[in-house]
Amino acid sequence: MIEVDVEHPVGRVTLAGSFASEGRLTALFGRSGAGKTSLVNIIAGLTRPRRGRVVVDGAVLVDTAAGVFVPAHRRRVGYVFQEGRLFPHLSVAGNLAYGAWFTPRRERRAAREEIIALLGLERLLAARPHELSGGERQRVAVGRALMASPRLLLMDEPLASLDDERKREILPYIERLRDEVGVPIVLVSHSVGEVARLAATVVLIAEGRILAAGPPAEVLGHVDRTTADVGPTAVVEATVAAIEPDGLARLETAAGPLLMPADGLVAGQRIRIAIDAADVMVADRVPAGLSALNVLPATIAAIDPPKGAAQTVRLDCSGVAVAARITRRSVAALGLAPGKPVQAVIKGVALFRGRG
Amino acid sequence: MTLTPEEWTAILLSLKVAGVATLASLPVGILVAHVLARREFPGKALLDGVVHLPLILPPVVTGYLLLLTFGRKAPVGAFLADHLGLVFSFRWTGAALAAAVMGFPLMVRAMRLSFEAVDARLEAAAGTLGAPPAAVFASVTLPLALPGILAGTVLGFAKSMGEFGATITFVSNIPGETQTLPTAIYSLLQTPGGEAGAATLTLIAIAIAFAALVASEMLARRARRQIGRR
Repeated sequence: MIEVDVEHPVGRVTLAGSFASEGRLTALFGRSGAGKTSLVNIIAGLTRPRRGRVVVDGAVLVDTAAGVFVPAHRRRVGYVFQEGRLFPHLSVAGNLAYGAWFTPRRERRAAREEIIALLGLERLLAARPHELSGGERQRVAVGRALMASPRLLLMDEPLASLDDERKREILPYIERLRDEVGVPIVLVSHSVGEVARLAATVVLIAEGRILAAGPPAEVLGHVDRTTADVGPTAVVEATVAAIEPDGLARLETAAGPLLMPADGLVAGQRIRIAIDAADVMVADRVPAGLSALNVLPATIAAIDPPKGAAQTVRLDCSGVAVAARITRRSVAALGLAPGKPVQAVIKGVALFRGRG
Repeated sequence: MTLTPEEWTAILLSLKVAGVATLASLPVGILVAHVLARREFPGKALLDGVVHLPLILPPVVTGYLLLLTFGRKAPVGAFLADHLGLVFSFRWTGAALAAAVMGFPLMVRAMRLSFEAVDARLEAAAGTLGAPPAAVFASVTLPLALPGILAGTVLGFAKSMGEFGATITFVSNIPGETQTLPTAIYSLLQTPGGEAGAATLTLIAIAIAFAALVASEMLARRARRQIGRR
């Protein structure tokens, strides 16, 4: 359980707001410069907030009203930095061992061999940080943080400095971390695909304000371009049913079957995908002669008030909320209204899980 | 090349004076350099100025100030002599003190630069791994600043070996007690027929300085390799 309630000036804006999360992986989501890293630095103890309270699993780490500020080295909050920050004068093994030296004996829960196996570090132990690739460096940084037996693991855009190939390499490790290691994670990300795929709770931050916190489908379904780099985004649970010979993966979802580029997916895998409202069209009948592969029957649940020429239509695809961002003119021309049965047309590429 | 016993004495005394001066000022130098590199506090400019003063003052003035402070009858000098039995005036210890004071600014400058070059984000990372500040300093800051610390040490040592003005003012030029290489060369040049001895000592001074430089360069290179820079 993480509870954060802070107010702290960051550059020209003031970081302010509160959230509580019970989830195994909490994602702080927002565009760059929104204050995500500042918030993580406050949780880690690298920044002392002007006002606020931070509680992790019942331990009060910051309470400015009570004059409590636990210094970073006594918090036992692990931190994986964007740039790794491995110690250049130590080998990988030395970096991994570092945190354990300072962990009180009775608090040492980290199992070295398991962490090394989980992150695939066996062959890297003797290497020096400058000899590692970007992806390897981040894996070592994660291992180093875990070896200190943290009660909470902070990850500040651990994938941001990596190319798509490396991201694909690391993502499964983070998923295993979330599912197999009993340490709650707070992950900073500006990638809606990452957040949709990994998070149990999403905290939306824009210009220093904590605007919302809750399940991904709920929070991401109501973001828009004034607060994030994406429009309203549907988050859909899916199971990979099969990989087709032409490189597409067939997904089973509650909303119906979907196709997307397979890109390393394997049959049987359970994933979460993100669908940006801008990539969803609405048709009043099943369209013919269309390049988009995915057409799902839907009912209009609601229509948001128009913003300029655009309007967000909320669709119910067999119980799954999907938003479509279309023009006011189309809403009028198709006579769209709540309750009306329609077809949701989703461009295949829009399902790409690593998107954004 | 033969050396007279007096010349041998001067060389060994010089090494002892410079060695003691360097070793004694090393911890203080590291502390001051780190404070100047990483801390903000009122009076920082003053500390910076005092540290650098021996570099810009005429050495004779520094020597005279040492005499006024650490002389047998001066307040600090008398206190140290009475309570710790530590006498500086006209002793080799005074030569070491003068050498330390004169070498200090050079030592601190090099160390400060290397502390400033240490990535403070690595120190923050060490903190999040549970390392208290003193451990962060010993396990991250110091090893990463090592090349500069070695360079500063050698600079301080070289300066100590060559110190003349403050030494001769503070503790005079007593063979066997305060006569170091430079003051011995000076004395030989004042003596008729002393040129040959002066030349020999000059060559030795050059050799010692050069050896120190090479040794520090080798150590610094090894340290840089350790931290993965080249």
